[in-house]
Amino acid sequence: MQALSDLVDQAASEIDAATDLTALDAVRVSYLGKKGELTARLKSLGQLPADERAAAGQEINQAKQAVQQKLNVRREALESAALEAKLAADAVDVTLPGRGTSIGGRHPVSRAQARIERIFTNAGFGVRSGPEIEDDFHNFTALNIPDNHPARAMHDTFYFPGGNLLRTHTSPVQIRSIVKEGVPIRIIAPGRVYRCDSDQTHTPMFHQVEGLVIDENISFANLKAVLHQFVEAFFERKAELRFRPSYFPFTEPSAEVDVRWGEGKWLEILGCGMVHPNVLESAGVDPEKYTGYAFGIGIERLAMLRYDVSDLRTFFENDLRFLRQFR
Amino acid sequence: MKIAESWLREWVNPDLDTEALGHQLTMLGHEVDGINFEGTGLEAVVIGEVLEVSKHPDADKLNVCKVSDGSDEVLDIVCGAPNVVKGMKTPLARPGVKLPNGLKLRKAKIRGVVSNGMLCSAVELGLGDESDGILHLPDLAVTGAPLTEFLRLPDAVIDLDLTPNRGDCFSVLGIARDVAALTGASLKDASIEPVKATIGDSQPVELVEPQGCPQFAGRLVRGINVDAESPVWMTERLRRSGLRAISPIVDITNYVMLELGQPLHAYDASKLQGTIRPRLAKTGEKLTLLDEKQIELLDDTLIITDDSGPIGLAGIMGGMSTAVSDATTDVFFEAAFWPQDFMAGRARAYGLHTDASLRFERGVDPEGQGRAVERATELLLEIAGGDAGPLVVTSADEFLPASRTIRLRQTRLDKLLGAQIDSDEVESILEGLGLDVTAVSGGWDVTPPTFRFDLEIEADLIEEVARIHGYDSIPETTAFSQAGLETVTESTVDAEKAAATLVARDYQEVVTYSFIDAEANTIFTGDESELVLSNPISSEMSVMRASLWPGMVAAASANNARQQDRVRIFEISKSFHGALGEHTEVVRIAGLATGSVFPEQWSSGAESLDFFDIKGDVEALLALAAESDEISFENAEHPALQPGQAAKVMRSGEQIGLLGKLHPRLAKRYDLKRAAYVFELDAAKTLASRAPSAEIVSRFPAIRRDIAVVVDDTVSAGELVAAVAESSPALIEDVRIFDIYTGAGIEAGRKSIAIGLILQETSRTLTDEDADAAMAAAVNKLQDKFAAVLRD
Repeated sequence: MQALSDLVDQAASEIDAATDLTALDAVRVSYLGKKGELTARLKSLGQLPADERAAAGQEINQAKQAVQQKLNVRREALESAALEAKLAADAVDVTLPGRGTSIGGRHPVSRAQARIERIFTNAGFGVRSGPEIEDDFHNFTALNIPDNHPARAMHDTFYFPGGNLLRTHTSPVQIRSIVKEGVPIRIIAPGRVYRCDSDQTHTPMFHQVEGLVIDENISFANLKAVLHQFVEAFFERKAELRFRPSYFPFTEPSAEVDVRWGEGKWLEILGCGMVHPNVLESAGVDPEKYTGYAFGIGIERLAMLRYDVSDLRTFFENDLRFLRQFR
Repeated sequence: MKIAESWLREWVNPDLDTEALGHQLTMLGHEVDGINFEGTGLEAVVIGEVLEVSKHPDADKLNVCKVSDGSDEVLDIVCGAPNVVKGMKTPLARPGVKLPNGLKLRKAKIRGVVSNGMLCSAVELGLGDESDGILHLPDLAVTGAPLTEFLRLPDAVIDLDLTPNRGDCFSVLGIARDVAALTGASLKDASIEPVKATIGDSQPVELVEPQGCPQFAGRLVRGINVDAESPVWMTERLRRSGLRAISPIVDITNYVMLELGQPLHAYDASKLQGTIRPRLAKTGEKLTLLDEKQIELLDDTLIITDDSGPIGLAGIMGGMSTAVSDATTDVFFEAAFWPQDFMAGRARAYGLHTDASLRFERGVDPEGQGRAVERATELLLEIAGGDAGPLVVTSADEFLPASRTIRLRQTRLDKLLGAQIDSDEVESILEGLGLDVTAVSGGWDVTPPTFRFDLEIEADLIEEVARIHGYDSIPETTAFSQAGLETVTESTVDAEKAAATLVARDYQEVVTYSFIDAEANTIFTGDESELVLSNPISSEMSVMRASLWPGMVAAASANNARQQDRVRIFEISKSFHGALGEHTEVVRIAGLATGSVFPEQWSSGAESLDFFDIKGDVEALLALAAESDEISFENAEHPALQPGQAAKVMRSGEQIGLLGKLHPRLAKRYDLKRAAYVFELDAAKTLASRAPSAEIVSRFPAIRRDIAVVVDDTVSAGELVAAVAESSPALIEDVRIFDIYTGAGIEAGRKSIAIGLILQETSRTLTDEDADAAMAAAVNKLQDKFAAVLRD
């Protein structure tokens, strides 16, 4: 009869030779199954003398365990190989794009406007709006621009028959808001404005943000501070500003504000000033008690600087290839 | 306004270089648009004299000139200028000279003829923006002398952007005054030595409507030399200021206007008839202007008349009948004060815009008329000789602006500026500006000079102090406002959130114009716009849009044309409705999608969008604010939408918007490549919301029961769902349509709809009996209402 150790070696080599779980199970059956060789040996123990049975039995059991262990190891190996093979078959090209749709984006002017709104609302300003079809009173007269004022000619106004007009600036919202809410007041008013002008640097429609703060002790120094802080917040960097005397009928003193850009060039970015006493009076506010500042920011101008847009007109061409650069 | 630095420095000469002077002007509020340095690099250009002109043998448009450069040598020069003539003095650039435009001259053959340099135009020399040939220099120019010496170059031309309130600065004198006030440099004495009259003649003037012409200064000068020429210093200053030299008389009036800010007019005195009377025109009167155009006058326009009728448009342009000419020997100078109120907008009403009208509209010094005539007389006698009559200033003092005294309070100054400005400084600033200052308790009484008619109130004086003190010197101080906290409302969802939702669903925001083509507006809305601009920029932008769709479809079309086939865009902006006066402005959320559902991709085909893709987007927007049971969709008929694929969006029974497939007719009209789907919602009505009010969530399990019913095709899913929901309102938590089937087994004209019911109670677990009862109620309801047949 074959030596037990040879039998174990033979089993081991058959186990190693088994390349899949079915073959491996066949090996198990041939050694450890009901009719397996090792099972048969255990069954034949009874034929041995009584004093040899225990030792022989132990030997056979050890052999069984050895085979069982090799079977286990091999099974695990085969199972793991099978899983790996299955996973390998499931592998995808991770560089292929994901399914479904991507996302759209905001228009750069809206994006800049939203940014401006957030900066000012964070500082406690309210956001107001007003009509775009305005009357002469709110767009001009109440803003200290009487009939035949030279400033009217400079506004290139779109008119409707009968004297209504498209607002040329967001400043009428100053008047409407003061009359509605009274003072003190601290607001901005973004929106569309219109001027009858169209060339490389002008579009007949553009966007402004009006700012207005009226209280008992509001000064030009406050105006300088808020605009400086705003410009730095908007561009996210230190900025050098230049306040230059200018003229708007509805502010006195008036200023235009330049920011130092690139290689030291001054770029005009907004107009501002202390609210003219005539404007306060026309809105029913006592100019002796209250003072205030107002400013008007061209949103396209800031968006162009912030987002490196070189041609104003691209904002209104709605070319998706241009717009997709903004999220 | 263009101003020559050399001229300005004749009046005030601060210790600043050109750039620094420009900076100071900007910081005074006279923004420098640009500085043009003229004459630098022209040192080697000399005055040439054309001795002979002959045709180029091989080129029709060229001449071969013999030119003297002052030496014994005579240069052959090929010249293409049409105005070259024998005897002409003109700038000559010889070989080796480099011109400001970068051209380096060398001896060259032009069409076979050797040319030893070039005769130059103003443009080539950097002395102008346009020219119609080579520069024609006066005969007195010395041949061979340096051009820069003759023209008194180099000089800098400073281009100023003046603000409309500072009419007083529309002159060398005005700018010089401001520079002197800022820098402390002394200002040249502006007073002018009166010219003695050598004859007694004068032109009668009568102020018949003194409110329109409260002051009229005039003077006759007789016997001037018709052959006189304007001196180069004058024509050069005019040129640098952007004006052409014309004749000594005209040049002098222009020169004085540029220098002192008071426009003048010169008449040929021999053509004047009788008495000059300025007055308002009568409607229908006619006048032929200097430019030979005849205009019909309006009754709000000031004119100058003599006994023959209208002879000039006051402060705008003179008339043809009394114009000076080369033969004029007797001149009558006019310098009038035309009040701003009478001048504003008048020139424009006639399509005119002149240097004079610009100045009168912005205001001139009411005391400057006599001085201007004196200055003009002085120059005319110097240049063309003649005998001057007396200066006659006719005035109606009660109609001249009265001087005003303005109180300036130190406390108000400090408060408005947020800065402490020393009272000595305030005084010296105001006095430096020529204002009369008297100290009073707590401030000053300030009387501006006549030329500072823009100063009316205390705030104007505060601005003057701040301007000279320097805006840069005012500190930055953060304000603490008493204005309270802003409400953050939950009664509406922020439009930003709607935008974010659309962006997340692959829509790109666009900004389209609020004014559109009238026809497009009508086609898209079915109504003709009543909001029509009087002065549109073009017919494509002439009416206020009643829908955002036309602009968006045009944008989609433009993108299609740029190979962008898949377009998904939205806009949140206003539309305009109704008749002017009763019109409304409504913020709308509009969207358009065309092309494939997904961008071209490896895993899905280029399946085209359908109605339900865009409806899903609309429902996502609606879900921002509305409860699902508030919303319903109804069939719509709309001129822009394809019948059968158009829906009204309803919220609580009110229409809040539309969605559907763009009518194929419109898609074709706009050359869209594929079908487009559009929606448009009233933003306020879509986003109206309220703070949520929490309800108890049931702890008991829900039961789902499904039924399938067969109904007529005409029965809408929405109606079925609503009927089921109201069959057992207390138990039915949700109703879902999970299948729709037509075809085999269902007769034509009918459809099978599978409905899932989610049943739940908050107080107990539902039993099968409860569910059965609810099912039975639902089925009964559907049978009653729609003759539905239960399908197994």
